[in-house]
Amino acid sequence: MSKYYLNYLDELESEAIFVLREVWAQFQNPVILFSGGKDSIVVTHLARKAFYPSKIPFALMHVDTGHNFPETIKFRDDLIESLGVRLIVGSVQESIDQGRVAEEKGKNATRNALQITTLLDAIEHHKVDCAIGGGRRDEEKARAKERFFSHRDDFGQWDPKNQRPELWNIFNGKHFEGEHFRVFPISNWTEMDVWNYIKREQIEIPSLYFAHEREVVWRNNSWIPNSEFLKLEDGEEVLIKKIRFRTLGDITITGGIESDADTVEKIAQEVSAMRQTERGNRTDDKRSETAMEDRKKQGYF
Amino acid sequence: MLDNNQLLRFTTAGSVDDGKSTLIGRLLYDSKSIFEDQLEAIENTSKKKGHDGVDLALFTDGLRDEREQGITIDVAYRYFTTPKRKFIIADTPGHIQYTRNMVTGASTANAAIILVDARHGVIEQTKRHAFIASLLQIPHVIVCINKMDLVDFSEEVYNNVIAQFEEFSSKMLVRDVRFIPISALLGDNVVNRSENMAWYQGAPLLHTLETMHISSDINKVDARFPVQNILRPQSESFRDYRGYAGRVAGGIFRKGDEVTVMPSGFTSKIKTIDTFSGEVEEAFAPMSVSITLEDDIDISRGDMIVRSNNKPESLQDIEVMLCWLNNSPAKPRAKYTIKHTSNEQKAMIKEIIYKIDINTLNRGSEDIEIGMNDICKVKIRTTKPLLVDNYRENRTTGSIVLVDDATNETVAAGMIV
Repeated sequence: MSKYYLNYLDELESEAIFVLREVWAQFQNPVILFSGGKDSIVVTHLARKAFYPSKIPFALMHVDTGHNFPETIKFRDDLIESLGVRLIVGSVQESIDQGRVAEEKGKNATRNALQITTLLDAIEHHKVDCAIGGGRRDEEKARAKERFFSHRDDFGQWDPKNQRPELWNIFNGKHFEGEHFRVFPISNWTEMDVWNYIKREQIEIPSLYFAHEREVVWRNNSWIPNSEFLKLEDGEEVLIKKIRFRTLGDITITGGIESDADTVEKIAQEVSAMRQTERGNRTDDKRSETAMEDRKKQGYF
Repeated sequence: MLDNNQLLRFTTAGSVDDGKSTLIGRLLYDSKSIFEDQLEAIENTSKKKGHDGVDLALFTDGLRDEREQGITIDVAYRYFTTPKRKFIIADTPGHIQYTRNMVTGASTANAAIILVDARHGVIEQTKRHAFIASLLQIPHVIVCINKMDLVDFSEEVYNNVIAQFEEFSSKMLVRDVRFIPISALLGDNVVNRSENMAWYQGAPLLHTLETMHISSDINKVDARFPVQNILRPQSESFRDYRGYAGRVAGGIFRKGDEVTVMPSGFTSKIKTIDTFSGEVEEAFAPMSVSITLEDDIDISRGDMIVRSNNKPESLQDIEVMLCWLNNSPAKPRAKYTIKHTSNEQKAMIKEIIYKIDINTLNRGSEDIEIGMNDICKVKIRTTKPLLVDNYRENRTTGSIVLVDDATNETVAAGMIV
């Protein structure tokens, strides 16, 4: 009987496919939250597998901060086209123009927190009852307590102390009008699993993940890319470095690391030897010890 | 990591005083799964709190309230990988709502680690943990006798704990129990073999977790395929395609197998077993696939495809070991939604047969209230039959949850007996 077992990647894949199929069965109008980062790309790939030979029965939703890497937008549009699915864009710039949110001020100003309002507005406007995300429990301590099917009240808020128990593989997506769920099919994956899976499945990812030469500034212990949004401080200078990004967020907050890894194989190798967590280069998480939990409670990804 | 490496899920039961957090911290630290920035954060907090050295237990703190109050509220999941396996730890808190949390963590676990303080031996809490492990049918139980450094690494103490444990656990159904003397604080027999206990001939904890046989934890005999969705692409190249999407819940299905669709009872043959990467000859638990049949049969979500010579029971009255997970107690004769595999029906708790006193493990039938953390044997009546197996035979087709329609909350979990 020894050949009748799955290896860890197959088991994780099978679990994620099961979760995605439950979403389709239990919700009216689910979307995949697509950031252009590797995790949402992997979730999209899994959705393709889950419903093959049918098309992915969900739209992709992108919360556009306006502070994007141009590479991300191109990647997104190409993917949408090849999958033949609908794209919904929530624009932070529009939220600002409409006076729903105000731009942060000062040196470390970002649009990271502003996304929450735009995301919740888009969810309400499009009557989305389930937003599928690429969040993983290994990413951050608040996420370690997240459910696969995570309830949000009618204000879009997460109540970490009052979560529904989740047993076996029975998922409860029941909700009232106006409430929604966040579902995380790759909850049990680690950063390493994601890379090994991308390698195995030969999934296409944005060029930003591979080592490339770029104009950067040294800030908060990482290389922040130069862009029209970056204001230089005294003593900072723009240098050209060979870097790559471990995570992709806004161009204003995503720090790169120096690297020569220009293939998925080399990246996987590099990641396995890493001694820093991947979000260590994200200034949005460094604001306080519970920065992620605080944002998640309000409705963050 | 090798391509054929397996995934092992285990749960850790114990309270802070047993050294549970220290043990997890030790496993992660010695297997080099803690990153530098995480370690720095812990070092800073240790210093702030005035601890000597690095307090590995801090690694398992999560939410703001937990950090501030020094308690664990909810199950937290942690991950680490060795060259042999990938591990998922369901870290369940020992004090608050222990039944609810332990049951949750135990539901998907291959193995349970039960911590015993060598100085105190088997206590009530140990019995509770062992009981829940057996109730949830965790296939492997590892009893770690911790703080051996505080009893001079004494073999006699270790043997006494084993004797105490075996005395009460003989009445429970636990298939595989092992005992390991450890010191989580000093690292003895966690990842590395202890130099202080030459009398212990067994393997350290990590090696045990890396090598225990888990392939046969899943039922490979009784073929069960609960249908999740119907795939009908209606595209140019798949005009007449009608696939049944689902995850094999037990046994092995092969192309050409004679199958019966329940509850309708129609029979057919498996035409293809499909995945995105192509057709496969066979599918076994827990593979997610889509199945097509030779004949056009009306099948919907909640139906089950099984092999014609091996069917689950079709029951409207089921007996269940029920764990109540909600603050509001069970309402007598109230209706709930029962969820079982991909099926969903209305249900009513008709009768409480007995309630288990979790502290003494005795059965009582006088107290008929079911409240938070209670474990009872009950009779449930459903509006339509469920296709069930005994939980001991199959953890997927033998488990249910109850949802309160008034709040939509998951209020109870049950194992079919």
